[in-house]
Amino acid sequence: MLDWSKDPELRVQHLTMRFGGLTAIGDLSFDAGRKQITALIGPNGAGKTTVFNCITGFYKPTEGMINLRHADGREFMLERMDDFIITQKAKVARTFQNIRLFSGMTLLENLMVAQHNVLMKASGFTVGGIFGSGTFKRAENEAIERSKYWLDKVNLTARADDAAGDLPYGAQRRLEIARAMCTGPRLLCLDEPAAGLNPRESDELNTLLRFIRDKHDMAILLIEHDMSVVMGISDHIVVLDYGRKIADGTPQDIKTDPAVIRAYLGVEDEDDAGAAPLIAEAIAAPLPVQKKAKRT
Amino acid sequence: MSGPLKSSSLSAEAQALDTVAIAKDLIGTAIITGLILTPIVAIRTSLDQGALTWHSRFGLAFALTAVVVVVRLLLHVFVWNKRAASAIAPAKPAALTVHRASIADMIGPYVPRALLIFALLLPVLAYASPWGEKRTIDLAIYILTYIMLGWGLNVVVGLAGLLDLGYVAFYAVGAYAYALLSTIYFPYWFGPGIVPWAFYITLPMAGLLAATWGVILGFPVLRLRGDYLAIVTLAFGEMIRLVLINWFSFTNGPQGINVPKATFFGLPFKDEPGGFAAFFNIPYNRIHFYIFLYYLILTLALITYFVTKRLRRLPIGRAWEALREDEIACRSLGINTTTTKLTAFAIGAMFGGFAGSFFAARQGFVSPESFVYIESALILAIVVLGGLGSQIGIVFSAIAIMGSFEVFREMDFMKAILPTGTEPIQFRMLAVGLAMVLMMRFRPRGFVTKREPTVFLKEKKSVSGDLVAEGHG
Amino acid sequence: MEYFLQQLINGLTLGSIYGLIAIGYTMVYGIIGMINFAHGDVFMVGSVVSFIVILMLGITGGSGSFMIILALALVVVIAMLIAAVYNWTIERVAYRPLRGSFRLAPLISAIGMSIVLQEFVRIAQEGRPKPIQAIITGNYEILHRNAAEGVFVVTISNMQIMIIVSTIALMAIFTAIIQRTSLGRAQRACEQDQKMASLLGINVDRTISITFILGAALAAFAGMMFFLYYNVTDFFIGFLAGIKAFTAAVLGGIGSIPGAMLGGMIIGLIEVMWSAYFSVEYKDVAAFTILVIVLIFMPQGLLGKPEVEKV
Repeated sequence: MLDWSKDPELRVQHLTMRFGGLTAIGDLSFDAGRKQITALIGPNGAGKTTVFNCITGFYKPTEGMINLRHADGREFMLERMDDFIITQKAKVARTFQNIRLFSGMTLLENLMVAQHNVLMKASGFTVGGIFGSGTFKRAENEAIERSKYWLDKVNLTARADDAAGDLPYGAQRRLEIARAMCTGPRLLCLDEPAAGLNPRESDELNTLLRFIRDKHDMAILLIEHDMSVVMGISDHIVVLDYGRKIADGTPQDIKTDPAVIRAYLGVEDEDDAGAAPLIAEAIAAPLPVQKKAKRT
Repeated sequence: MSGPLKSSSLSAEAQALDTVAIAKDLIGTAIITGLILTPIVAIRTSLDQGALTWHSRFGLAFALTAVVVVVRLLLHVFVWNKRAASAIAPAKPAALTVHRASIADMIGPYVPRALLIFALLLPVLAYASPWGEKRTIDLAIYILTYIMLGWGLNVVVGLAGLLDLGYVAFYAVGAYAYALLSTIYFPYWFGPGIVPWAFYITLPMAGLLAATWGVILGFPVLRLRGDYLAIVTLAFGEMIRLVLINWFSFTNGPQGINVPKATFFGLPFKDEPGGFAAFFNIPYNRIHFYIFLYYLILTLALITYFVTKRLRRLPIGRAWEALREDEIACRSLGINTTTTKLTAFAIGAMFGGFAGSFFAARQGFVSPESFVYIESALILAIVVLGGLGSQIGIVFSAIAIMGSFEVFREMDFMKAILPTGTEPIQFRMLAVGLAMVLMMRFRPRGFVTKREPTVFLKEKKSVSGDLVAEGHG
Repeated sequence: MEYFLQQLINGLTLGSIYGLIAIGYTMVYGIIGMINFAHGDVFMVGSVVSFIVILMLGITGGSGSFMIILALALVVVIAMLIAAVYNWTIERVAYRPLRGSFRLAPLISAIGMSIVLQEFVRIAQEGRPKPIQAIITGNYEILHRNAAEGVFVVTISNMQIMIIVSTIALMAIFTAIIQRTSLGRAQRACEQDQKMASLLGINVDRTISITFILGAALAAFAGMMFFLYYNVTDFFIGFLAGIKAFTAAVLGGIGSIPGAMLGGMIIGLIEVMWSAYFSVEYKDVAAFTILVIVLIFMPQGLLGKPEVEKV
């Protein structure tokens, strides 16, 4: 039995987010354990992406605290930090539900942009770089090596010099994860990474996420609708409905949790234990493939 | 004007010319064109000795209408008809997906080198120019100034994707920095002996001042995007010009300021002892000044070119381009978009400031009327026609636009068909405006549509322009 | 106090003109989400066309009032018609083919179109400003006070009455069109969601065209009033008036028609008050400053809706 509350990487306490009169998240508390995959699930409109946006600083929460503690003991209060500082200092990286790649730049460039802060420092904030300093050259080579490593991990080395916008959908999802990893994060937040993937790609994604957790000692927080992914790899699941937490536990706990069943299937009868096995299938129903929205 | 739209939806049997539809369309065109031309062209008002008079020019309006109708007829018969035929195969929206290799794309990587050699040799080649040496070099100086301005604005618009319609403000800051420092402040601080050297001391200061203004004006617009950014920068540009006009005690208002012309490291280009010619013991010739100015602006422009090229390969340049592609993704990667935008504004403004200083030192005179909004629009047109983000494209578009101005000046034969009192040169901005509209419609990516990656693993592949975002404004 | 009242009247007059132009900006922005950069120049075309027609008709301040009213009615119809044709053509030629192109394309095309209009009128009609004798003259003293320091009067001219009254009338008609007719409904539907509107059988292209035509007609009316008020016009008036009207549109909340009128009034008042109490030279700087402040600090405007950034 894993214990995520003993020494959590991320601790969300009493998080509340209101937009005008609408309460998107109400008094949400949960922990995401170190070296664990934590899944955030719930029906559409449950407020999952809003939680992500609060953690990564795109929204300032109305109330509550979001604490991040690295293994070395450094602590960050994310609710007080700007979005880019959260990535820079607190080492939180994220992907987006509707993929946000730099589509006119090559794969390698995408990964290089992710290492902006390291390279910026090495280039002496551009001054040294202009005059071709050796420090910068070395840092750039290291950055290219790191990019190669992650391109390899997501199986995209062959396409390193192609434009990101030319990639098929599944590859774009993988590239976005690789790009997030290039920022050198401690916590990785993935917003529906399996959306639109076929079963084989979903399997590959599972392997990749396990690899990131085990070999890079990462905490992963993920929003997902695809229950085969969620049940297959999560160590810990938090279920949201209408902005409130309705369940929190291991995949086994969640599968049989009456509140979850009610939320997903709308079953009134709590004694209907027969519904429990159905749930995995019900929520794993294929989702419409999302086409990448063209930015115009 | 609805032709190309309709034609894409034409069915196969409509391939043959549909005479009735065309006739209807032509009648419609004639009516619309006639209505557009009747009051403004057919009635010519003029102000003679304080009295307003008018006379009719219905013949001219009729002729122009006829031209429009005939052109449209020809398009119907030869162009749209063909497209309709080929439209049987599922057609894609032309503006988005059709690839046409541009001149620069085809000639490849030797273009910059060839252009550089040509530029270095130009004063020599100018001997053979049919327009005369002085005029040719002067034109080259003029074009190079705009190439430099285009390259400067390219940092802001082309790389960072921030549409700046007030770029001329930084040009003005540079010019006035040189004018005021060299005529008033330097002689006051260091004595009159400094004046011949003023240009060289002021140049970096003008660049810094302009960069500072870039940051000052950039700061408030950080949150703006798209059209709003464009219109606020336009307002800033106009505000600076209005202040230059009205702050009489500081800028001498609309009368402007006479400033010393540039010197050859302290040697003035004058026919006198201590002048350039006397120092080198060669006969005085005014062409020396032009050749000197030419190499001066060439140097400045090349600095702009190489610095920008280098910046693109540095993290800051990549961050600019990433910002143009997706600002939110940038923030999620830990990039401080505030400083990234401000550096783009500052660097772009700095090059504008250099160019402004040069402009003042070349003219020997500055006044607010050189820094009107239309100049900003012109520089923007150069960047847009060149292909957003492409430095080489800007060279071609600057030559095309500025060169065409010169051609307009030369077109004496046009006078025969133009109404009396109009010179071909008057049509130059009209042509620029039309070019902007037509380019957006038929070649929205400009002359150079490909984007060069800044780093590669195995093979450098150009990125098709269709994938490159143009920023949010 | 009298001075202030006088400036108030002047400001409201100018504000009416700005408001009428601003409606064109706001409607176009509402429906296709772009600044019609050439709209200020359509206003200019309206103004120049009214000038030409007035000159051709040969009416002056000395003509009988019946003649003047008749002539002006003709002028306003012609100016509106021609400006509408201009704006319609602009939309067809410069904007419609660019729908679906990248975001900067229509904006750049609009900037080009604005240059084309200015240059076209400049070349065809000389560059110099064209002054005429005032046609509508006469005014009423609405306040008269003899004081120790001198005589204070507040006047309102016939021209000012005409501008304010006709603006109110035009606004009433216009609001009725937008709120009561099926055209107005189609327009509001297109503002919400063009794709859905077209699926429901609304002719989106035609609705957009009509939006441009209506905007142009209002701008042309403003152009004529501007010309009769200042008794001078030229090819360049569209630039400044356009920017100020755009400021008005944003200040009122872009997309909101009452907002545009309200914004116009505020901008007109600020400009007049600034000239009266501070400095005439910097009145345009004041207008630009308001533009910058409004865009940066309250881009949603007074009557607009705030936008939430979507991640």
